[in-house]
Amino acid sequence: MAEERRQKQCSVVLPSESMKAMAESMGVGQLQEDSCVALSEEVSYRIKEIAQDALKFMHHGKRRKLTTSDIDYALKLKNVEPLYGFQSQDFIPFRFASGGGRELHFYEEKEVDLSDIISTPLPRVPLDVSLKAHWLSIDGVQPSIPENPPPATKEQQKAESTEPLKAVKPGQEEDGSIQGKGQSGTSAEVKGKEKLRMKPRSTHELSVEQQLYYKEITEACVGSCEAKRAEALQSIATDPGLYQMLPRFSTFISEGVRVNVVQNNLALLIYLMRMMKALMDNPTLYLEKYLHELLPAVVTCIVSKQLCLRPDVDNHWALRDFAARLMAQSCKTFSTTTNNIQSRITKTFTKSWLDDKTQWTTRYGCIVIKTLIIPRLTVEGVRIKAVMEGPVVSNIDKIGPVGSLLMWGKHCASVIAKIRPAPDVVDQYRTDYGYLGPMLCSHVVKARTQAALQAQTVNRTTLTITQPRPSLSVSQSGGVGSSGGSRTPSIIKVPSSFTLMSTRPATPTQPSPPATKYIVMATSAGAASTQQVITLSSSQSSSPVTSTVTRGGAVRLVTTPCTDTYVGVAPLHHLPHWSTKVVPRQHLPSP
Amino acid sequence: MAAVQDGGSELEGEKEPKPELMNDGSTAPAAAPSSRPEDQQTLLAVLQFLKRNKLIESVDALRREAGLADEPEEAPGSEAAGGAGGAAAGSGELGDAGALLSRVSGGSQSAAAPAPAKGGDDQPDVSVVLSAYSQQGDPSLYQVYYSGLKKFIESVLDCHRAELSQLFYPLFVHMYLELVYNNHESEAKSFFEKFNGDQECYYQDDLRVLSGLTKKEHMKGNETLLDFRTSRFVLRISRDSYQLLKRHLQERQNNQIWNIIQEHLYIDIFDGMPRSKSQIDSMSGSLAGEAKREDNKTKVYYGLLKEPEIEVPLDDEDEEAENEEGKPKKKKPKKDSMGSKSKKQDPNAPQQNRIPLPELKDSDKLDKIMYMKEATKRIRLGPESLPSICFYTFLNAYQGLTAVDFTDDSSLLAGGFADSTVRVWSVTPKKLRKVKSAADLGMIDKESDDVLERIMDEKTASECKILYGHSGPVYGVSFSPDRNYLLSSSEDGTIRLWSLQTFTCLVAYKGHNYPVWDTQFSPYGYYFVSGGHDRVARLWATDHYQPLRMFAGHLADITCTRFHPNSNYVATGSADRTIRLWDVLNGHCVRVLTGHKGPIHTLAFSPNGKYLASGSTDGRVLLWDIGHGLMIGELKGHTDTIYALRFSRDGEILASGSMDNTVRLWDAIRAFDDVETDDFTAATGHVHLPDNSQELLLGTYLSKSTPVIHLHFTRRNLLLSAGAYNSQ
Repeated sequence: MAEERRQKQCSVVLPSESMKAMAESMGVGQLQEDSCVALSEEVSYRIKEIAQDALKFMHHGKRRKLTTSDIDYALKLKNVEPLYGFQSQDFIPFRFASGGGRELHFYEEKEVDLSDIISTPLPRVPLDVSLKAHWLSIDGVQPSIPENPPPATKEQQKAESTEPLKAVKPGQEEDGSIQGKGQSGTSAEVKGKEKLRMKPRSTHELSVEQQLYYKEITEACVGSCEAKRAEALQSIATDPGLYQMLPRFSTFISEGVRVNVVQNNLALLIYLMRMMKALMDNPTLYLEKYLHELLPAVVTCIVSKQLCLRPDVDNHWALRDFAARLMAQSCKTFSTTTNNIQSRITKTFTKSWLDDKTQWTTRYGCIVIKTLIIPRLTVEGVRIKAVMEGPVVSNIDKIGPVGSLLMWGKHCASVIAKIRPAPDVVDQYRTDYGYLGPMLCSHVVKARTQAALQAQTVNRTTLTITQPRPSLSVSQSGGVGSSGGSRTPSIIKVPSSFTLMSTRPATPTQPSPPATKYIVMATSAGAASTQQVITLSSSQSSSPVTSTVTRGGAVRLVTTPCTDTYVGVAPLHHLPHWSTKVVPRQHLPSP
Repeated sequence: MAAVQDGGSELEGEKEPKPELMNDGSTAPAAAPSSRPEDQQTLLAVLQFLKRNKLIESVDALRREAGLADEPEEAPGSEAAGGAGGAAAGSGELGDAGALLSRVSGGSQSAAAPAPAKGGDDQPDVSVVLSAYSQQGDPSLYQVYYSGLKKFIESVLDCHRAELSQLFYPLFVHMYLELVYNNHESEAKSFFEKFNGDQECYYQDDLRVLSGLTKKEHMKGNETLLDFRTSRFVLRISRDSYQLLKRHLQERQNNQIWNIIQEHLYIDIFDGMPRSKSQIDSMSGSLAGEAKREDNKTKVYYGLLKEPEIEVPLDDEDEEAENEEGKPKKKKPKKDSMGSKSKKQDPNAPQQNRIPLPELKDSDKLDKIMYMKEATKRIRLGPESLPSICFYTFLNAYQGLTAVDFTDDSSLLAGGFADSTVRVWSVTPKKLRKVKSAADLGMIDKESDDVLERIMDEKTASECKILYGHSGPVYGVSFSPDRNYLLSSSEDGTIRLWSLQTFTCLVAYKGHNYPVWDTQFSPYGYYFVSGGHDRVARLWATDHYQPLRMFAGHLADITCTRFHPNSNYVATGSADRTIRLWDVLNGHCVRVLTGHKGPIHTLAFSPNGKYLASGSTDGRVLLWDIGHGLMIGELKGHTDTIYALRFSRDGEILASGSMDNTVRLWDAIRAFDDVETDDFTAATGHVHLPDNSQELLLGTYLSKSTPVIHLHFTRRNLLLSAGAYNSQ
């Protein structure tokens, strides 16, 4: 192993000081310099020779690791007495000592009391060699049994999704995907595909066992038994053989979200998000190929303007937080230069955020996601700037209602609180933002101070609160167009047992009565109308909250006949690029 | 013949002399009574050489054998201590082995006799060998010479450049060694560093050895160096390219390089088109260059032997169709061709009695009948019907599993371990039982029908038996075809023969003084071959404690050995990156196959005996046509050393197992069909290899962290694989 290094530097020899040190340890003092050099060259050569011979023994021992016994046998080949006593299971570190201008590395040899060794109980006898047979392949197909590795390794899945061109090569296809996915395809078909050199349209047919498993899992995941669900999620998160069922699961999640958003079924949404989390946690799965289905679902859960029937009492914020964390995790895991997920997501959120007309719930989601991804964005100054400028720009327009400002303050506070530590000293803010990037520094130092000051003021009151209380009432300013007519409260049935969750759980559990079905009747048939206004009445505040759904633009909150569902991130790239605007100081509102 | 040379050089090394080696190598050819005067002279030269090396016993033995009475004999005839004496005595008693020996002495006499003479005359003393380097030019000019040649080669036409580029590596090595030999250490270092990077990547291993060598003293006893000196590096260059080079060197008066080419290189000039870079790359890579063309000219009888007629009991209904002439052959029944062809003698097959084979016993015949029955149930494999694979995982082996073998009927499995033990498992429900002790055996009624059952001791029945005896890791195990014996070769230099009836060691064959890397029984039993670190492969018979043949010629460790299905040839793979095929009859090397870029760790003959597959540390499988001595295929896909290769029983599928934890299946039929070997390519050996590994790959099966070290096709074409689970 050591000789690998020597390969690069072709003639490495031991330092002559080592020779001196060794000679001294043998009782030979005053070794001449010339002899030392000659000795060290000779010794280095012999050591290399022995290492090369030892490698032979390693190869014939069918190992990848060179062991001390290999060295012993190599010495034996040279008719040298092997070094006894080097059979050590553990790694023995070199100790280092220096003194008198000399440096020395040595093994620490402790004195061992024999009686101690004798009195210690015998170690456990190692298990004897045993033989175990299993099927590696049956008629050319590898069965999915615990003895076999999962059909496609994470690396393969990754390679397949990130570098599809490589994966299409017929041979590799044989390796992973066909063997895995196209189990049903006869080998004759496989051969035909090979000749065409085309990516096959593989029919995702699942075996009976897999179908059963799928049924069980999905039922358990959305069923009412919490224990069963925990088991199912555990299975999703750990089972290595789920690769083939991944498309089904992702469709299940996305469809489920779509349907349940319509029905405002918070509980089910939470379950689905937990399922998604479990899928992400599975070390053998690589979700990249299914993000186009999964991410919109997650985004929907983050920004959907209504996730439950009683937004005031129901803890839909928990779901938003959870989904946002999922989003942050997937951004972190899957963002590459080719798919640009992270920047696309960020752009989406920023845009919707900046749009004054966005609903507050949506905004909340946006901010949450930002707070989650900001910590790792410190280098990406532009995006930070976008984030930081967001509140500023918004604030200019949003001076009006006090309630809105308060909410802003909270969110800004949370954002800022995340990226900078307390105490809230203005100077420190400046320095903190300085490291975010020179551009940021030069352009918005002043604005930053303002924002910071603004945040600071809020921070004093609600420093760590990232989740606004649902009791907040927000009234829409008159300047913002809300041409649609107001509607009467759309809640038909108000469950009485809702409790407000004051603490946000790490994984949102479902609020108490899970099976309540809600019906939304808020939508108008005219989906083509530019803005559709849904008015909700909050039970605790008398003022109605009028929210608007933006048409087109950043977040495609497409108004389907039933509900608003986030449809996809795909069209994002033809959105106008969000330029980094310099906000003059005088435009800033004073808090 | 090279054994003598080799032995001589070993003697000069720091190792103690190896009398066995000298005895066997030199006396076997000389044992024939010779009357011609030149033979007498040769003998005298050998005697002198032996005397100089104080091998008195050998001198005596040789003198006795040759009937020379120049000096009074010191040892009486009864003292047959020498190897030749033993062998001669044995030949009297044992019919077939004796016949084998005598035929050798007759057949190979003329070819082998000059060799000892050469060994005696110019004894390859290291100092003598190295002194060739003493004539030298100005050390500082070496770099100029080399870069001058480099510039010239880079400036020639493309078609010649690839060919002439082959010169770089041998020239580089020899020039470096000259510098080192003449104590120009710093010049040598800078020379090495300057041109080290130019060499082909597959020479890295050798360059690493070379880089360590910086002193004249180091050159003594360095095997790699001696290999380079004693054997000329072989290059194949077209006539045009050679002329070009010659003209250039003469114009420049570049004698230094010219001398090296003259003295240390063997340039095999051929007429015709220069070869392309890929053609050269596919063939080069071995320690001593490519094989000379004449090395592979000898005719090889690669056909299979005719199976003896055995009355197949026709009591089975399904056996009716399988008539007598449709007898499957021992190792490979070619179903399509067996009907009419098997009756006739295959034109490529050796004569039935070319080497004496043991008589079939009744039990062997029974086994053959069993085999035929099984063969009728065999699954026909192909790209559409891949075999099932059963994986035998060794648990708790703690990295200690070093070798595995299955019996031909797949009933037993043997594992060699690093802790010196050999373990035998029964993989069928039938347990392993020992034969009863001698006292108990006496009480058995010998006339009873189930006497074979009665001699077994039920009390000893177990699934696994452990064989103790070796004193070092066991690197090779092999079952005898009749399942009565097991061979194991070990680091301790011995090969042991174990009885699977009593589970005791019967013989320890000593001869290799160094680790024995591999051993294998002949498909017909009785003979076995072994090869190890001493670079000599030996052919043994189970009833001789001395080897019958020594196959010397490899320049580095012999890492794997394999018998041809017709038992007339032995293939050896070596760390010098060549494969050699040896004739068992006369001990000649009949094929040298170059092209691997790393030590070869496994070999497999196709069941019809025509092809050979080899796998090496570079993760490639190469396919060879034995009849023409040509490389005909390259299978790329593995990412680590290949330790196991096996053809399916009908030769349709090639399975390979590797350190990268995968078993891969390849379409062997297509691999052999895709190559068109017309007369021209056959004559020149310039093959265009189709790059179709991906298309030939039929399947990849990944195991869980278990390197595959053995593969075996059962008689019904189920693939068994084995390896030790690696928990890290």
